[in-house]
Amino acid sequence: MRLDLSHIQRWIAPESRVLDLGCGDGVFLEFLRDQRQVRGTGLEIDQDYITAAISRGINVIEQDMDEGLSNFPDQSFDTVVLALALQAVKYPERVLDEMLRIGREGIVTFPNFGHWRCRLMLGLQGHMPVSSFMPYTWYNTPNIHFCTVKDFEDLCLAKDIRIVSREVVGETGDKPMLSNKWPNLFATTAIYRITR
Amino acid sequence: MNRQHSVGIVTPQVAHFDEPLMLACGRELPSYDLVYETYGELNEQRTNAVLICHALSGNHHAAGYHSAEDKKPGWWDECIGPGKPIDTTHFFVVCLNNLGGCHGSTGPSSINSATGKPWGSDFPPLRTRDWVHSQARLADRLGVDCWAAVIGGSLGGMQAMRWSLEYPERIRHCIVIAAALKLSAQNIAFNEVARQAIESDPDFVEGAYQEHNTIPARGLALARMIGHITYLSDDAMANKFGRDLRSGSLDRGEVSNAEFQVQSYLRHQGNQFSGSFDANTYILMTRALDYFDLALEYDNDPVAAFRHAQCSFLVMSFSTDWRFSPERSREIVNALIAADRPVTYAEIEAKEGHDAFLLPISRYIDVFRAYMLRVRDES
Repeated sequence: MRLDLSHIQRWIAPESRVLDLGCGDGVFLEFLRDQRQVRGTGLEIDQDYITAAISRGINVIEQDMDEGLSNFPDQSFDTVVLALALQAVKYPERVLDEMLRIGREGIVTFPNFGHWRCRLMLGLQGHMPVSSFMPYTWYNTPNIHFCTVKDFEDLCLAKDIRIVSREVVGETGDKPMLSNKWPNLFATTAIYRITR
Repeated sequence: MNRQHSVGIVTPQVAHFDEPLMLACGRELPSYDLVYETYGELNEQRTNAVLICHALSGNHHAAGYHSAEDKKPGWWDECIGPGKPIDTTHFFVVCLNNLGGCHGSTGPSSINSATGKPWGSDFPPLRTRDWVHSQARLADRLGVDCWAAVIGGSLGGMQAMRWSLEYPERIRHCIVIAAALKLSAQNIAFNEVARQAIESDPDFVEGAYQEHNTIPARGLALARMIGHITYLSDDAMANKFGRDLRSGSLDRGEVSNAEFQVQSYLRHQGNQFSGSFDANTYILMTRALDYFDLALEYDNDPVAAFRHAQCSFLVMSFSTDWRFSPERSREIVNALIAADRPVTYAEIEAKEGHDAFLLPISRYIDVFRAYMLRVRDES
């Protein structure tokens, strides 16, 4: 399982209701269903992913979250997950509001643009960062709203969003204490559990 | 016939029912026949049965061939058969001609035993729920306590949704394709023009044409032509016919009328249909379609309606369908989401309009197949 997903699965209560925004091939919801008896729904727009999720027996809705989530009632899910998709949505602020309207809790993971490698590439080489973790060139990327750990926490503060917990994933070679101590510099992926 | 992935030669069967059926209109049908076909085998646990509900002009012949000389298979042969989405090596598939139909089930052209004459327009008006109740009796007869899935496109999808509310404990999956919670004013308007076309044909004789040995063929053909336009998309018609001429020309100095390909196509469709379909049945079916309103007796609240359902849902729509557009399917999906029912939704990109649900569109088939494998695994 992808590293950010194996972190966040611990935050999801057995038999709870989970909405996974951008559920991909449904592997995470499948895991939660089989291991946690979670009742899940996925949102996806990629056709192949949708078929793959259906094959796993996942309830998946073909819907573009950039066009809104108003069809989901208030507080109808325990947890709403947005995993590695915040940077790809048109209106990240609106999506965060909607997540916390629909769910009691939200879980957000995103690639940290403040990582030292990004800074190095931009600051010293003068290029937009391209790495194995963010493999896209600037002119052909689904990622349109990059942010750093600090940026995200500032936004939460400004919007009265409470951060229940934060976890960070660093580079595999690094000691975890580096990314824990200086997340904005050493975290490749930031993982937040938020509520209002 | 083409034997590949086909259920092969099938023989329709007839089930006769003597227990009267109380209809939604308040009248009672004392006895009736239902003609049906089955494909595949019912398993020992009787958990693999699938019901196919047909649309406006459909019938019980959904797959396979009636004889080796048959050129055309049943109307949904693209989706039913070995290796197809509704895989007959796993499922026991049942499809019947609905009550009020004209392909062997009791309908307006049948003899009313009370009068010894054809029912004609005196046949009781039917609602979708009447079909569902008669289908439930057929299920009893076949030993099916619970359908693995009830599946339908268009008006068939409406029957499938009605099943989920009328018999929630007898259906595990409900598959609703290119349907709607109820018809719009525009939908009803098209149906009304179709009915007016039939009723204004002098050969209709107020529905008693059988007694007068006439057939309102022109009216029925016209009705079908109108319907057919709504089944196709603007694009599909442009691709198929464009402005191609069948005869004549648009040159200067040309006195005689030119005929476009689309004109002769529509006439052909109309004439073929009027030779094989009953006018009173067409009126009855379009009325049932107009009257369908899933949430009417649930305070007009589809969310409250769907709270009665216990099954999982698959909803599919087609991008260029303007008869029952994706927006109408999303209304179904959103009501299911709000009612906290398990639902899967796919919006299929297709240029063929409403008719797409009958065609082998690759993404449609992929999604359908993937979901039916889930139905199989859960049955």
